[in-house]
Amino acid sequence: MPTDIIALITIFVMAVFIGFEVIAKVPPTLHTPLMSGSNAISGITIIGAIISAGTQHTTLTAILGLVAVVFAMINVVGGFMVTDRMLKMFQKGKGK
Amino acid sequence: MNSSLLLASIVGSTGVAENGIREMVINLSYLVASILFIFGLKGLSHPRKAVRGNWIGSFGMLIAIIATLAYKEIVSFEYIIIGMLVGSAIGAFLALKVKMTSMPEMVGLLNGFGGGSSVLVAGAVLIESSLTTTAPPTMQMTIATTLSGIVGGVTFFGSLIAFGKLAGYVSEKSIIIPARHFINITLGLVAIVLSIMIVLDPSRTELYWYLVAVSSILGVTLTISIGGADMPVVISLLNSYSGIAGAATGFVLSNTGLIIAGSLVGASGIILTRIMCVAMNRSLLNVMFSVLGPAEGAKSADDVYAGKVKSTSAEEVAMLLEGARRVVIVPGYGLAVSQAQHQVRDLANILEARGITVEYAIHPVAGRMPGHMNVLLAEANIPYDKLIEMDVINPTFPETDVVIVIGANDVVNPVAREEGNPISGMPILDVDKARTVINIKRSLSPGFAGIPNPLYAADNSLMLFGDGKKALLEMIAALKEGA
Repeated sequence: MPTDIIALITIFVMAVFIGFEVIAKVPPTLHTPLMSGSNAISGITIIGAIISAGTQHTTLTAILGLVAVVFAMINVVGGFMVTDRMLKMFQKGKGK
Repeated sequence: MNSSLLLASIVGSTGVAENGIREMVINLSYLVASILFIFGLKGLSHPRKAVRGNWIGSFGMLIAIIATLAYKEIVSFEYIIIGMLVGSAIGAFLALKVKMTSMPEMVGLLNGFGGGSSVLVAGAVLIESSLTTTAPPTMQMTIATTLSGIVGGVTFFGSLIAFGKLAGYVSEKSIIIPARHFINITLGLVAIVLSIMIVLDPSRTELYWYLVAVSSILGVTLTISIGGADMPVVISLLNSYSGIAGAATGFVLSNTGLIIAGSLVGASGIILTRIMCVAMNRSLLNVMFSVLGPAEGAKSADDVYAGKVKSTSAEEVAMLLEGARRVVIVPGYGLAVSQAQHQVRDLANILEARGITVEYAIHPVAGRMPGHMNVLLAEANIPYDKLIEMDVINPTFPETDVVIVIGANDVVNPVAREEGNPISGMPILDVDKARTVINIKRSLSPGFAGIPNPLYAADNSLMLFGDGKKALLEMIAALKEGA
């Protein structure tokens, strides 16, 4: 067990560093799209929500899972779609 | 050995192997999804690759979702399908209907849903594990659950307050609760005590909901005292929190996909938060906990403005513009409020048709979210290569004939260069160095920092009082008449 948690913490720390490195420099034009795009990725909690909604240990946990799936899906779908809409707008502006 | 027992043990072992393979495939899928998220985020930080980056990210999410559906523990797909359909419909509806001027509150709201989802997942897992005797909750799980509850609760309600402020349901001004530091610290301590109690006795699941309630109140009290102009920091910080809540939920489930994606988002949010803080020359703690107010001994508005403010008309501005070669437009939150982005473009088109160079000076914290002005002007089809960053455009102001400031105040206030006032040291747009500055503003009322702006009393400065959109329309009309 202790090795497991160490492995998870290692993954966590490495991912944080990758996150810092990947977007060290962002042009201001992309501040909003980056924010809403990464916001959509934070909807990854959908994974946990699906497991809770699908395992159905108790009615209570299934309902909590259902609401969690709805919330996370709003986050994911809304986030990616609104980012796409915004970015298409930028392209349109450039083409002029 | 009895043959049937032997058979059973063989079947059993193949069953175990099958589950092992299944789990391996799921985890490898999460790895693929994580790589796609990294490429997606990388793409989102480059103008040319941004659209593709967003698609790569969403494809990663699709893979993660499909992989999760393969979990052997999932016995029923009813709730999953219903939840996904309902959530997708609401999300798509919001994304397609939202006006570009409402983008800050949209991002805030979506962010809140992510945080809320993490809270519910962690709660559900805690309840499940307290009911089974085969897999009692480990300390890793309970600690992560409490973290998820705290960060998720703060994110959910903090985002709702931010949404309320941006959408105008809650006062945009910083609302000062008496003894708020004491209240915040007390709420924080209560949350820590509750967390320890949950870790010591995970079977008391009701404590988790108390913890979520306390964290939710904390989310409200922390956010409500932060004023509208600091929203770019708050929004990007909450964005970071929603990632951290997701990563914490990943530790609850020992799920690498969640941990990686959550921490990527957490890191990217922190970077944006830092950029915003640097742009205001304030520390994060300062933005979060202190309230800007008039500094002691600061000059009063009467001292600064008395007899020196010159008011102008749209016709006079049109004449000035006709004689100009280079014009810089400085948009601020006032532009978003009066939704005048299309009129700005029309004005720029007229000027450009007459051979006048028009550029836009973008202050990093102008507006209510990071990059707010860029989104607004892009909606009006203004090419993004004309939106110039502060550091690049500042040296060009001495060669600029006319600067038009629309609804911005603190980001062009020259007292930022002096000591001893609330915005001391904040990088500003050096518009006062241009030949003429036109300030389109409703009144001389101070900006968020609450201090008078000597720019308005400067010799080269003219005030065009009125609503941004109306003033621009009058200028356009005057230019057309003059032609």
